[in-house]
Amino acid sequence: MDGKILTVDDLTLSVQNKKILRGIKMEIWAGHIHAIIGPNGAGKSTLVSAIMGLPGYKPEQGKICFLGENITNLPVFERAQRGLTLAWQEPARFEGLSVEKFILTGAKNKCHKRAEEVLEMVGLDPHKYLNRAVDKTLSGGERKRIELASIIAMEPKLILLDEPDSGIDIDALEKIFSLLKKLKQDGITIVAITHSLAVLSQADHAFLMCCGKILDKGDVNRIASYFRNKCIPCNHDRFMVSTIETAP
Amino acid sequence: MNNSDTALELLKSLGIDIGHVFTEDVAKIQVHQNKVVGLHLVPGLRVQADEMKDGIEAEILIEKGMKIEKPIHICFGVLPEEGLQKVKLHIRAQEESKAMILAHCTFPNARQVKHIMDADIEIEHNAHYAYFERHVHGPKGGVDVIPNAKVHVQEGAEFSTEFELIKGSAGNIEFQYEVNAEAQSKTEMTARISGTNNDQIRLHETVRLLGEYSMGVIVSHIALKQYAIADIENTLVAHAPFSRGHVDCKEIVVGNAQAKAVPTVLVKNPTAHVTHEAAIGSVDAKQLVTLMAHGLNEDEATDLIIEGLLSKKQNWQNMIKEME
Repeated sequence: MDGKILTVDDLTLSVQNKKILRGIKMEIWAGHIHAIIGPNGAGKSTLVSAIMGLPGYKPEQGKICFLGENITNLPVFERAQRGLTLAWQEPARFEGLSVEKFILTGAKNKCHKRAEEVLEMVGLDPHKYLNRAVDKTLSGGERKRIELASIIAMEPKLILLDEPDSGIDIDALEKIFSLLKKLKQDGITIVAITHSLAVLSQADHAFLMCCGKILDKGDVNRIASYFRNKCIPCNHDRFMVSTIETAP
Repeated sequence: MNNSDTALELLKSLGIDIGHVFTEDVAKIQVHQNKVVGLHLVPGLRVQADEMKDGIEAEILIEKGMKIEKPIHICFGVLPEEGLQKVKLHIRAQEESKAMILAHCTFPNARQVKHIMDADIEIEHNAHYAYFERHVHGPKGGVDVIPNAKVHVQEGAEFSTEFELIKGSAGNIEFQYEVNAEAQSKTEMTARISGTNNDQIRLHETVRLLGEYSMGVIVSHIALKQYAIADIENTLVAHAPFSRGHVDCKEIVVGNAQAKAVPTVLVKNPTAHVTHEAAIGSVDAKQLVTLMAHGLNEDEATDLIIEGLLSKKQNWQNMIKEME
């Protein structure tokens, strides 16, 4: 594996006859924080959906390997059982399902104490939250942190984070950022997709994505500078026609 | 079997720890087919039960101003494979009284059992009356459950009822409740039912908000698998000024099951406000993949989502836990 935990090779995918991913190639290094940054519509969420194997995101061509195993045709739950998981931009609501039960669903250690520990890690008071339902009585930000807690309890090897900052207030965001560093210290690999420079700044390594392609990869500061100066002001359509072939 | 043995068998079929539950301060009424096999009263509670040919007729009275601390336990059951049990109940919670009833209906061996209940319930001025009914059926169904109740909730009174049938096969359920609610009263009716095999579930509930500032909520959460069929009609009519109501009907349908839901809300006063939500369909795709991304396969994830939908309301949970 040579330190690579995940490789994506020539991944092409269409949704409703529209080509969204165009020959994506990526290598994700174990124990690092990676960011995939790009404007809205770049294909970032589609890419993580394909990596996770969500229904409707089956590649037309290409290969996804996790820990050296070709997982391209594995269903979602088998990928999860191998240590790959996903935290959604907008987590689902579950009527009648308690926070504790939700957290322990995929947990390695299914005890009450563990549920308390992981809630504390995301900055939520277990006494206030464990018995509540994961439903509409929780804000989007609370559900996001609870989902992150549930993922930590799984003790996965690689976490795909879809827009980890959306719906999170500034104080909680600092908590999430320090948590990402802690997870990294524990040897967990993180791939965060974002269009936020604040999230990008937490990464060790970045990919720049637009129009279904990886345009650049490498140093976070260089990618951030390009994104700030070129992508943000860029009209997306103009970006498509003029920049795509001349990216740095 | 003598009466106490029969009562014991009924409770065993429910998995209740009787040693823990039935202290002197807990009232109990236990009925097997047409026999009262267990009766214990507490101050503030009066019961007159008469055995009929194929069931019982009972008057239950909670006396004026009396607040009965512990839930009153009622158990109806038929232990043999075949039988008919008709229950006629006349329940009156007098002014300013307060009581909770925890009712279990058990038909663990049923192949051809019919349980028919007709109730008239009067909740007097400022009284609080809560009724939780749990059904325990065998795996093959074989039970016709036909509860029919007419309820009058007087001014300032509170009435809540929760019907739960999530263990075993439901069989054939025909459930009909009608509530007339007076000024500043509160009514809440919840049904949580799991249907499987060829179960047929028919649930018709009506709440009429007749008095100013009365409130009513009807909640139906149904999960259907295999060839089960459900037909749900929830009706909430707001006649009175400033009355408030909500109808919530959610059904999950898996396999070849079928569901029909007709939530009807009718507002007859411009200051009244009634809302409704209804959702019928397969398991929510996002919930499903979220749980699958936690490592659950599709069947495990589906079962967990259904378990959540059918879970108890929070305010009943401690009471049930204490009892069982």
